[in-house]
Amino acid sequence: MKKLFLTLSLILIFSVFFTGIALAQDTAPSDDEVNAIAKQLYCPVCENTPLDVCPTEACRQWRELIRDMLAEGKTEQEIKDYFVANYGARVLSEPPRTGFNWFVYIVPPVLILIGAYILFNSFRAWTKPRVAESGAGRGKEAKPSAGDDEYIKRLEEELKKRK
Amino acid sequence: MLPEFGFGVLLVGFIVTVYSGFAAWYGVRNKSASLVESARRAQLLTFPLLTIAAGVLIYLLVNNHFEVSFVYEVTSRSMPTYLKVTAWWGGQAGSLLFWAWLLAMFTSAVTVRKWERDLEFLPWVIVVSSITLAFFVGMVVFYENPFTRFWDIGGQVVPSLFAPSANATVFTPDDGQGLNPLLRHPGMVIHPPMLYLGFVSFVIPYAFAMAALITGRSDDRWIRITRRWTLWAWLFLSLGLVLGGRWAYDVLGWGGYWGWDPVEIAAFMPWLTGTAFLHSVMIQEKRGLLKHWNMILIILTYALVVFGTFLTRSGVLSSVHAFANSPIGPLFMAFVSLTLIASVALLIKRWPELKSETEMKSMLSREALFLFNNLLFMGILIVCFWGVISPLASELFTGTKITVGPPYYERATGPLFAGLLFLMAIAPLSAWGHSTVQTLGRALWKSALAASILTVGLVFTYTKNIYALIGFFLISFVFFATVHEFWRGANARMKAQDENFFAALGRLMGRNRRRYGGYIIHISMALMAIGILGIEIFQIETQGTVASGESLELADYRVEYRELASWDDFGSAVNYTRSVVDIYENGIFIGQLYPRIDYYYDSQQNMTIPGQHATLKDDLYILLVDWQPVSNQGATFKIYVNPLVNWMWIGSLTFLFGLMFAAWPDKDPADEPVRKRVGAGGRQASAAD
Repeated sequence: MKKLFLTLSLILIFSVFFTGIALAQDTAPSDDEVNAIAKQLYCPVCENTPLDVCPTEACRQWRELIRDMLAEGKTEQEIKDYFVANYGARVLSEPPRTGFNWFVYIVPPVLILIGAYILFNSFRAWTKPRVAESGAGRGKEAKPSAGDDEYIKRLEEELKKRK
Repeated sequence: MLPEFGFGVLLVGFIVTVYSGFAAWYGVRNKSASLVESARRAQLLTFPLLTIAAGVLIYLLVNNHFEVSFVYEVTSRSMPTYLKVTAWWGGQAGSLLFWAWLLAMFTSAVTVRKWERDLEFLPWVIVVSSITLAFFVGMVVFYENPFTRFWDIGGQVVPSLFAPSANATVFTPDDGQGLNPLLRHPGMVIHPPMLYLGFVSFVIPYAFAMAALITGRSDDRWIRITRRWTLWAWLFLSLGLVLGGRWAYDVLGWGGYWGWDPVEIAAFMPWLTGTAFLHSVMIQEKRGLLKHWNMILIILTYALVVFGTFLTRSGVLSSVHAFANSPIGPLFMAFVSLTLIASVALLIKRWPELKSETEMKSMLSREALFLFNNLLFMGILIVCFWGVISPLASELFTGTKITVGPPYYERATGPLFAGLLFLMAIAPLSAWGHSTVQTLGRALWKSALAASILTVGLVFTYTKNIYALIGFFLISFVFFATVHEFWRGANARMKAQDENFFAALGRLMGRNRRRYGGYIIHISMALMAIGILGIEIFQIETQGTVASGESLELADYRVEYRELASWDDFGSAVNYTRSVVDIYENGIFIGQLYPRIDYYYDSQQNMTIPGQHATLKDDLYILLVDWQPVSNQGATFKIYVNPLVNWMWIGSLTFLFGLMFAAWPDKDPADEPVRKRVGAGGRQASAAD
């Protein structure tokens, strides 16, 4: 019993001691710590200006708010959550990956893949006839315009030379 | 009196434009040469008319006619005269007039020169550009009139063009609001005109493309006629973007030049399609391929030019609802949609006639690599377009505003830009028509080896960041491959023509200006990429408040705060707060910088001007964030070290040189059959051209 009491009190003393140190560190978060979080946030008033570089008075106050919250021991995530809860998802530099916002992330890669697919398909379509007609001569090839003839002839001659 | 006169001229300009388009259309349909000629003269008249209107506006701006609401909004008594002139494009109405004025100038330039030669296309070019011009002039005349004045009706002030009632008198405010101080910077004075020059000059190739579709000419004539236009358009647009970046870096005070802001992206999107277009027209010229695709690209570029003007001018970016309230937003939207639908309909009508003349033979041929290049540019365009559109869509459909910021763009475009660099290294060495892994490998292995050695060297000396290393590898690969190409060409010519190396190099480049200009541009892109990598990956920053004599440290630099002074300049109504800091690098004193904050009384805005110490290695960039006004004891500084960023500006200058080299007028290229040029500059170039 006595031992337990001793242990508990030791834990208590140590925890107070360490919290004290932690608090002492947190009382004055540096500008860099504030900016590290502010960088990831956008104020709802100044469009498209990250909070860490926004010169307006409102943004200065917000930075002070971050500083105070850091001093209270809030984590980065808690601070960001607080701003989202109070001012909406637009304070984040990227929309959260939920619901409608998924469109933001999904559409570009899908479109690019479709583009790549079309391109590769066209390549296949373009290069296939050549294999088929390799014996049949130039019959199937679309007629080059008059200006092309000379150029293509020379090009093909040269290609032959290389082979 | 003057505002009425200015408005009258504008109105006449609008009527003449509409007449010109209509007469050209009717004349060419009914084969009436006199009507077409009349259309041409009407078209030529639009430029002097708009010039007079613009001259009147400038006169009003310079002479403090604050009864004109536009003058009141963008100037103030304290502004110097040159800024009052440039305030012309500092506000909505003026910048739309500026747009229209440039277009009238370009269209006139087209119709004055070579009228006889291009008789087939030009009536239709007049129709297309008149429609565009009529839209812009119409907007200035009917919706965003720069000549609107303030009227006093029994103590109430209302803006109106003419006296709203019999007892109304013109109201003249004592002073104007003044131009936004952020715009009072040399960069901002030339950046919008450059951007607009680029925007507007892309209308010309578009008009020729449409003329080709309408007349059913399926060859590359329209491309040859507009080749120089396209290059100059691209030059101005690129310059506009670079100057905008430099302005942001020097004035906006956030330590960077590019923030993926929708306004920036609005100007970047036509640049992307324009760049893809510049590359893919070469395939049509050389190989008769991709006629549809080139049409699509120029149509897209035109649509994005108008769309970009719409994005920045309608207020839609701040809120979808601002767009609905602005009179010009819906009009712009309608105009973009209609022209897009009409162009696509024309293209579909002519689709079968635009068949390719030859076929794609190999995935590694030059034309195939150009297509990959197009795919990547389109990919970046999709990312950008979607990034700009989704916040609007979200607000519209779900009612919540979202921000799509730099992390989205950087993650999505990074690999695409890397792909472009890779293509930039290998495509110039692949052959038209046919290439294999062997031929490419033979041409490239030395450059690839050199780039690898350099990259390994960087691992030991500079960085172990994998993305940076990939970037540096690609950059050096582009650099070595391109330089090697110069060397090979000059060497071949030197042997063939028995010239010394430099004479050979000079003649080689002179005979193939577009090609070697293009290579110089590739090198400049590699240089710019160094700067972009540097700031994206290695930028560091710190912020702190220090008393006089104390210092902040970052990387190798120590910044010691000396003193601070604050004073009013009554002449220009600005309060300056200027700090003095000593900077030390590795303990050695290297100079003094003066970060400052300018406060403009008339518009009540701050401007943060950084102190910069620029070297090839990095840029020390110091902002004065805050200070204690009473005691002058302490000041807060934000310090950035932006490694390698100055390569960005060196690359920009190289770029400018390369483009001038490629685009400088000599003999008119349209008079000269393009394909004859293939093979110029030594035999070796014929297949590798």
